[in-house]
Amino acid sequence: MAWDSRARRVMMIYLPLACFVLILLFPFYWMAITSFKPNAELLNYKEHNPFWISSPTLAHIKHLLFNTAYPTWLKTTMFVAIGSTFLSLFASTLAAYAIERLRFRGSPYVGLGIYLAYLVPPSILFIPLATVIVQFGLFDSPMALILVYPTFLVPFCTWLLIGYFKSIPYELEECALVDGATRLQILRRITLPLAVPGLISAGIFSFTLSWNEFIYALAFIQSGANKTVPVAILTELVTGDVYQWGALMAGSLLGSLPVALFYSLFVDYYVSSLTGAVKE
Amino acid sequence: MSVTTLPSRGMALRQPGWIARLLDYKPFLIVMCLAPAIGLLTVFLTYPLGLGVWLAFTDTTIGQRGIFIGLENFQYLLKDPLWWNAVFYSVFYTGVATIGKFALGFWLALLLNNHFPLKSLLRAIVLLPWIVPTVLSALAFWWIYDPQFSIISYLLVDVLHIRSTNIDFLGTPWPARFSLIAANIWRGIPFVAISLLAGLQTISPSLYEAAMLDGASAWQRFRYITFPMMMPILAIVMTFSIIFTFTDFQLVYAITRGGPVNSTHLLATLAFQRGIAGGELGEGAAIAVSMIPFLVFATLFSYFGLARRKWQQGEAND
Repeated sequence: MAWDSRARRVMMIYLPLACFVLILLFPFYWMAITSFKPNAELLNYKEHNPFWISSPTLAHIKHLLFNTAYPTWLKTTMFVAIGSTFLSLFASTLAAYAIERLRFRGSPYVGLGIYLAYLVPPSILFIPLATVIVQFGLFDSPMALILVYPTFLVPFCTWLLIGYFKSIPYELEECALVDGATRLQILRRITLPLAVPGLISAGIFSFTLSWNEFIYALAFIQSGANKTVPVAILTELVTGDVYQWGALMAGSLLGSLPVALFYSLFVDYYVSSLTGAVKE
Repeated sequence: MSVTTLPSRGMALRQPGWIARLLDYKPFLIVMCLAPAIGLLTVFLTYPLGLGVWLAFTDTTIGQRGIFIGLENFQYLLKDPLWWNAVFYSVFYTGVATIGKFALGFWLALLLNNHFPLKSLLRAIVLLPWIVPTVLSALAFWWIYDPQFSIISYLLVDVLHIRSTNIDFLGTPWPARFSLIAANIWRGIPFVAISLLAGLQTISPSLYEAAMLDGASAWQRFRYITFPMMMPILAIVMTFSIIFTFTDFQLVYAITRGGPVNSTHLLATLAFQRGIAGGELGEGAAIAVSMIPFLVFATLFSYFGLARRKWQQGEAND
């Protein structure tokens, strides 16, 4: 062996890993560092090292919070994300329970049908959906987003929860049934409490996906106050030819934080459910 | 089956009301449980999908009900160089980005499958590009690709002295096309890596031990154990990835909006430009519908192309 195994390990594993981490994280670093740079430093690479901040400032964030409608956008996004998450969890828990536990003829096909809905991409649907939204009188209303987001949240959550319900021993439900509990009681008192980890990961998925959603929010919302953060930053903060990079990056950073925080709290659920979903 | 023979344990069990009894009637309960999910999907997914296909055969504009015009929209598209351009870039974008994502993602998955300290922290970090809203990270890329203040240009020109001028990333067609693909690969790596990592962990270590005893090299172990065992998962993850890359919208809309000179339009951004921004709902719908054959083909190709290997190797189909 030409190499001592330690050196080999460094070259084959740690060095490439370090490169991956560096490249995957760099845009966030760049986003963060731009948010706190005064404009003079931001546009002058000759006198200031662009990779560092000599005199950090909160001016961009202050501008964002007090001179723009950013807080309103955050509130709208939060409202939409929480609303659609609860609606999707409600619908998909019941659906998954029916498919996995109430077992009827054709239940696998219903499950497959719901799952296939996930493969229909929003870019094909947004034009006809826009006319549907107008027909319902929901154009420019956050309610439209709450009702539309479940179309891509329900298939995923249902799929995830079917897997979860499968892992709960059926005997527990049978015992309760013998003891005279109604099926709804069984769902509420036995199955749901045991499925809490699954519900949490489905909830995290739904929340992050709704927070991310862009094309529907862009197509169905017109007034500034009802826009979600991703859409508003792009359509309201980008004005004219002079980009306020500091404020834009501060907006991106603040808009990413809720999802990143929320996700970091539950990262173990997240990774394990993702891997679990793939193993299926 | 009478409800009067309740267990007489002294517990105050109430006589269930008619609603409770109705809900305990299985067919009714099944319908009630499925109603919210199926209802939402029918109204906001199945119906619009049908409506979209119908709109594609009409001349509907915003505020005006259209009439059926047969294949006119599609005939028009076939003569439209912008549509052909969007088809070309959508296929190119999907092809190059998928290869990049899977090559790098598979490598990262293999790296993460080793044992080292702070493993779970690293996995969490690696997932970040996938968690953060695409548009927000796209903005960061827009800033990284800035013609004057790009940090990449700065590195190449002022630090490494490889080039003498800044790169005009987004102002010229081919650099813009590749810049978008790079951003898409960056965003796609985590999902591919974590999904494939899950697959790697299902491979039994005994297979590797046996191969080691037989004197297989690291490459042989990868070629004859890891790769074939990963085929089913690769097929699924790649199908997903192709569908969502081909129909991507946000990244292009946020960074170039289809420019410069329409060179980076994907079918989705072109559909948005014509259908929503331009008000030509019928034509926009036709562009969106024209994605369907490509999607069906790509799905069949990736799914069956990769999954076929599975039964060739004599594994049970599941």
